[in-house]
Amino acid sequence: MQTDVTETPEESLAEARRTMTICNACRYCEGLCATFQSMSLQRAFSNGDLNYLANLCHNCTACFHGCQYAPPHEFNVNVPRALASLRLESYKEFAWPGFMARLFERNGLVMSLVTAFSLAFVLSLTIVWNEPSALLAVYDKPGAFYQVISHNMMIAVAGGTFGFSVLAIAMGVRRFYRDTCRVPGRTVSIKAFLAAARDAATLKYLKGGHGEGCNSTVDNFSNLRAVFHHFTMWGFLLCFAATCAATVYDYFMGIPAPYAYSSVPVVLGSLGGIGLLIGPVGLFVLKIWSDPRPANITQFGMDYAFIVLLFLISLTGILLLVLRETSAMALILIVHLGFVLALFVTLPYSKFVHSVYRVASLLRFEVEKAE
Amino acid sequence: MIIPESTNVLVVGGGNAAMCAAITAREQGAAVVVLEHAGQEMRGGNSRHTRNLRAAHDQPVFEQTGAYSEDEFWQDLIKVTEGHTNEHLARLMIRESPHLLEWLHARGIRYQSALRGTLSLDRTNAFFLGGGKALLNAEYRTAARLGVQIFYASEVTDLEIDATGFRSATVVREGETHNIQAKAVVIASGGFQANEAWMKEAWGEAADNFIIRGTPFNRGTMLKNLMTKGAEIVGEPKQCHAVAIDARAPKYDGGIASRVDCVCFSIVVNREGRRFYDEGEDFWPKRYAIWGRLVAQQAGQIAYAIIDSKVVEQFMPSMFPEIRADSITALANEIGVDAASLEATVTGFNAAVRPGKYDPRELDGCSTADIQPNKSNWALKLDTPPYYAYPLRPGITFTYLGLKVDENAQVSFGPDRSVDNVFAAGEVMAGNILGQGYCAGTGMTIGTVFGRIAGENAACRRT
Repeated sequence: MQTDVTETPEESLAEARRTMTICNACRYCEGLCATFQSMSLQRAFSNGDLNYLANLCHNCTACFHGCQYAPPHEFNVNVPRALASLRLESYKEFAWPGFMARLFERNGLVMSLVTAFSLAFVLSLTIVWNEPSALLAVYDKPGAFYQVISHNMMIAVAGGTFGFSVLAIAMGVRRFYRDTCRVPGRTVSIKAFLAAARDAATLKYLKGGHGEGCNSTVDNFSNLRAVFHHFTMWGFLLCFAATCAATVYDYFMGIPAPYAYSSVPVVLGSLGGIGLLIGPVGLFVLKIWSDPRPANITQFGMDYAFIVLLFLISLTGILLLVLRETSAMALILIVHLGFVLALFVTLPYSKFVHSVYRVASLLRFEVEKAE
Repeated sequence: MIIPESTNVLVVGGGNAAMCAAITAREQGAAVVVLEHAGQEMRGGNSRHTRNLRAAHDQPVFEQTGAYSEDEFWQDLIKVTEGHTNEHLARLMIRESPHLLEWLHARGIRYQSALRGTLSLDRTNAFFLGGGKALLNAEYRTAARLGVQIFYASEVTDLEIDATGFRSATVVREGETHNIQAKAVVIASGGFQANEAWMKEAWGEAADNFIIRGTPFNRGTMLKNLMTKGAEIVGEPKQCHAVAIDARAPKYDGGIASRVDCVCFSIVVNREGRRFYDEGEDFWPKRYAIWGRLVAQQAGQIAYAIIDSKVVEQFMPSMFPEIRADSITALANEIGVDAASLEATVTGFNAAVRPGKYDPRELDGCSTADIQPNKSNWALKLDTPPYYAYPLRPGITFTYLGLKVDENAQVSFGPDRSVDNVFAAGEVMAGNILGQGYCAGTGMTIGTVFGRIAGENAACRRT
């Protein structure tokens, strides 16, 4: 049954192994998702296999609600919870550099503190570099944002933190893919890559196996979770695309921010921003309402912290767009950049990493399936 | 919610047959009350452990492949029951079976392609996506949406039946006794396999060593109640669906995960270390249902399937670890069988193995000669340590002794009684069709077909 005690990595592995061993003798869930299809190709499970299966699981909970061995049955099979628990452990195991793994413990608190420090940091920078009156001034010339924070400073801080985060994530996922591969040296075909990308982009395995969605209650399905996840995921990707477009404008076209409402960065950013307002709110509410039995409650802090941060980045970004010609601009910019900095700093040590390990697992699944 | 004082149709039980009856009766406009003995989380009787149903069809439908004619279904049924079936009812079931998948699909049940290791069952059987509990969830969801009143943890202890028919039922729920009247009752409360005293009556002390694969709630209370009230009975108390399963399975509810699939690649010995049946007679999915009875006939109702390391990865994995040793003697000591006797059995068996081309995917004809009993297929010498053993016990799925019904699923009370409002569906009447033996997926076909018939006829009794 549900426990509030945090499990050790060994306990998470042992419970996942025990669960998968029972599932592999049953296999009724084989049609539900990739996790069970991949499971049934094996007879015994190495730690690498289990870490892979844990990250392949999208946590739709269909297998829990359809399980003849779910509690109160004495076998106490709870696949979504066992794999969620191990999934969190795998984030720690593959974190780079290794000592940063501790940030996944009490991740909600870590995220809050980092966000607070990021806000304080950006605010301090601005005050040090500017007259205090600059914080309430109205800017109407091109390059207005850089009058609050210098262009070079912004590039140095954002580029530095984001660059490190990308490196850290790349190191983690590289080791994850190698560690979980049963036969090393398999080539990744373009076909497998496209299939994995398609399954990730469509959230194929967040639909309960029948396309009718995750269990919203014991007997009911709903695709709301997939819908809100789509808003969040595509919102995030559009905002990232907006940032890339702005970089092109700045460096290759010589046009400094802020940009016109009809410009590519603003259009992409606005669409993404709307996604990140709707998606995280929906996921937040669904999580509050969700059935606690198949969930790993201990990681809810991490989940909430990440979607709240995304929401706040989007909210301040849209406010900045609307109020950029008023005296509120400088303060909103500072707060917005503070949130963005927090995201960049925590990226490899937040819920964000679920996306890269999930895609890596889908890729491994497709490579395996092709054989 | 309080159990109402009266309703149109009362359904006793909460498995697939019960829910099919409840949904059908409600769709006919009747007020329906379902009384399920188990709590919500363990609801659904043995249907919770099922995964498919057998259905005839002319062409591929849903995930079912090829075609499976009604005649072929009939031949399969004749083969396993050796003619111990009510042909009229069996043919009715087969005739109705092609309509079941669409009917269930319209009520939320989804299908998946046949699971690995089920040996071409995808032609004859349709597999439920997510298994039997997912099927039940869909049926309960549909029933609740239609307005069927469902009460959990509600045990029916007695039925009031007078000269002209059923009047009311006594229900115990949360320690309180209620009485509910109804125009008709559908009994879908399963067999009696979880009733230890009754099983002992039929099997003697051997019943102590039986494992019940499914729900602990099928205690035959309704079956016995109706027997004492003059309902006609079919079948023998010892007839049942009995499988050889891992002896380490829990007493109840172990379900499919307690299976041992290595028998046809093994030699199976009893407590005395002696073989007692042809392990390689046919593929395991065609033989698993006779091995429960075979093990039940051995001393202590225990047997051991023994393999060597050559075949250890050729069958479905077990949830229990194999018992392992580096020699036959050491293995005998591990499992508590006389070492000299087991050594002699293995030596004799190895000497009797004839050369052949071993192939686990077909009836390979690799067999023994001049030994009692011979092994007809997959006979390989046990000569490559380590050796492995799986302990086996009889696993009872459900008993066949049941209520005699007609084509309206109406329970017969003999020619002198005009009781016309008691119906039965599912395992409690499966014995009408399964006099002995078993054909995978037939239990769910019986439950769905007769559940629908019972529900429809029960709904007609409300005026």
